[in-house]
Amino acid sequence: MVRVKLDGLSKYFGEVKAVDNLNLSIKDGEFVAFLGPSGCGKTTTLLMIAGIYRPTKGRIYFDDMDITNIAPKDRNVGMVFQSYALYPHMKVYDNIAFPLKLKKLPKNEIDRKVKQVAKLMQIDHLLDRYPRQLSGGQQQRVALARALVKDAYVLLMDEPLSNLDAKLRILMRAELKKLQKELEVTTIYVTHDQVEAMSMADRIAVMNEGRLQQYSTPDELYDKPANIFVAGFIGSPPMNLIDATFREDSGGYLVDAGSFKLRLEPGMGEVVKNNLTGQEIIFGARPENMEIVEAAEDNTIEGTVYVLEPLGRDLIVNVKVNDYMIKALTKPGVNLNPGDKVWLKVDLDKIHIFDKKTGKAVI
Amino acid sequence: MGLISNNPSVRSYIYMIIFLGPALFLILFFWILPVFSTIFLSFTNMGMRKPNWEWVYLKNYMFVGAHPFSQKVAINTLVYVGATLAFNVLIGLLLAILTFYMDDRTSLVYRALWLLPRASPPVVYGLLWLWVLDSSEYGLLNQLLAPIYGKPVPWLVNYAMPGIIVINGFIGASFSLIVFSSALKAIPPDYLMAARVDGASELRIVKDVILPLMKWPIMFVTAWQTLSLLASYEYILIVTDGGPFFETEVWSLFAYHQAFQHLELGFGAALAMILVIIALIAVLIQMKLFRFREMITPVKIEHT
Repeated sequence: MVRVKLDGLSKYFGEVKAVDNLNLSIKDGEFVAFLGPSGCGKTTTLLMIAGIYRPTKGRIYFDDMDITNIAPKDRNVGMVFQSYALYPHMKVYDNIAFPLKLKKLPKNEIDRKVKQVAKLMQIDHLLDRYPRQLSGGQQQRVALARALVKDAYVLLMDEPLSNLDAKLRILMRAELKKLQKELEVTTIYVTHDQVEAMSMADRIAVMNEGRLQQYSTPDELYDKPANIFVAGFIGSPPMNLIDATFREDSGGYLVDAGSFKLRLEPGMGEVVKNNLTGQEIIFGARPENMEIVEAAEDNTIEGTVYVLEPLGRDLIVNVKVNDYMIKALTKPGVNLNPGDKVWLKVDLDKIHIFDKKTGKAVI
Repeated sequence: MGLISNNPSVRSYIYMIIFLGPALFLILFFWILPVFSTIFLSFTNMGMRKPNWEWVYLKNYMFVGAHPFSQKVAINTLVYVGATLAFNVLIGLLLAILTFYMDDRTSLVYRALWLLPRASPPVVYGLLWLWVLDSSEYGLLNQLLAPIYGKPVPWLVNYAMPGIIVINGFIGASFSLIVFSSALKAIPPDYLMAARVDGASELRIVKDVILPLMKWPIMFVTAWQTLSLLASYEYILIVTDGGPFFETEVWSLFAYHQAFQHLELGFGAALAMILVIIALIAVLIQMKLFRFREMITPVKIEHT
């Protein structure tokens, strides 16, 4: 198990900057998720760490050793592919034993290790089968066993759960996390599914268009998104993001979205004022921080109920405020119907304000 | 609509005739009829110099066993088919794997070059080889080897069979190359990446991952080439004409020579029939061996 450090890592495919100047370090035994939409460079980064792609620029370190130019076979990483990539002509046993055979371990040791990891993954009754005779979930376990069997320094996973059905995916999420904590293997997990990343990872590296957007714990990512992209990407239903201007008004500070105005606390307003480059802002508030009230109150947003989305445990209320659609999360059981006039009371401690010009969070 | 017939079963029957007709016609006249005329010929003593012919029944077949050169020709055929097959499957495989590791543009140029002989008429290809292997000092190979050897080597006299094998092998390799290249392209790259991460060198990847996944294409090429080599003689005819003195006379050429040079149509037909029977047996064995049913199902490269 090692620390992993990416230092100015870049990969260009011709003109396309698939990964651009990526800097981050992963602690020994940490579970890090690379999260982003497709084409954001997360898989490219993973393949560079595996040694399949050669970086255009930058270096990769395992502990203090520079492995940038080391062949994949000498890196001792384990990898689970989205397709599992189990060798179809080999039985499960031979699939798992393959990395050990390549290491030229003695036969009895190979046998012992294969059986040990098979038991851990609960596939010891499948060793005599071919991959095509297994279900998706079983193949996934075999792929994981093959990645783990050689005591890899780093475990790399590329969307490993995306080919499983929804129920199994949720089950495997918890199981993978528990396994990773038990084995204490440094793990990098690529996914486009924010729920997967949030639920499993110690830290998440959010990427977009080849660049690192934010790298922090799931909680911080959720509560303190560093920019508009992260704010919009993390959270379901997503954060409400509304174009607005920020200005001082008769001793107070005002967020003016045209259709509504919100007064900020003086302290918060001060911070915004000091950090803003212009007046244009994006105002952000999560649906669960919008309370629906049925009578006008001071500092609320007036709108009409547009549509209701009951989710069983929660209820999403879509409120139309002139041109904007704002989502608010509430408990089911409230008496609301489309067309009703409502007021949204924003929890002002939990709002986000982004500088429109830089995209960065001001508070 | 009444244009053809309103009775659906009659209509489908008519459609069948319309669609299959042209192909059936071709097969009937150029495939079935020749087969039957060959069978018929093989039981007669028909010859171009004899105005009258009579039934000789199995005499031609018995004479095949008695012919002083039939054993030699049989051995030649075995050597020729076996060695050429090995040559073009192995070279084709090697080339396919080499081009697989080249970038797209280079490999395309390379493959196109290998396809040139196949695109050129057999006579041109044969004549080119005749020039390459010419016994005089003006032969290409002799010119190249002159600084080392000094004296020109009569290639097609001393090394007739190896020469024929190489000539056929190179052109056969282009076929294997195409089949193997497309088969290689069909291997999901994840397998190769997984093997690299698992710690395999490129040689091990070829041995443990690529070759096993190429099982079906290799079998297909082997089966196909066996049959086409058994029946082919055009390059041998052009380059050595079976010589020197039966050194490179293979069965199909032997049949050709008997029928069209010695004008013994009956005997030639009997020789051809024997080849057909051997080919049929070979096909049946291969169908059994390679599980033909699986071979003709769509996916040759297995996915999980």
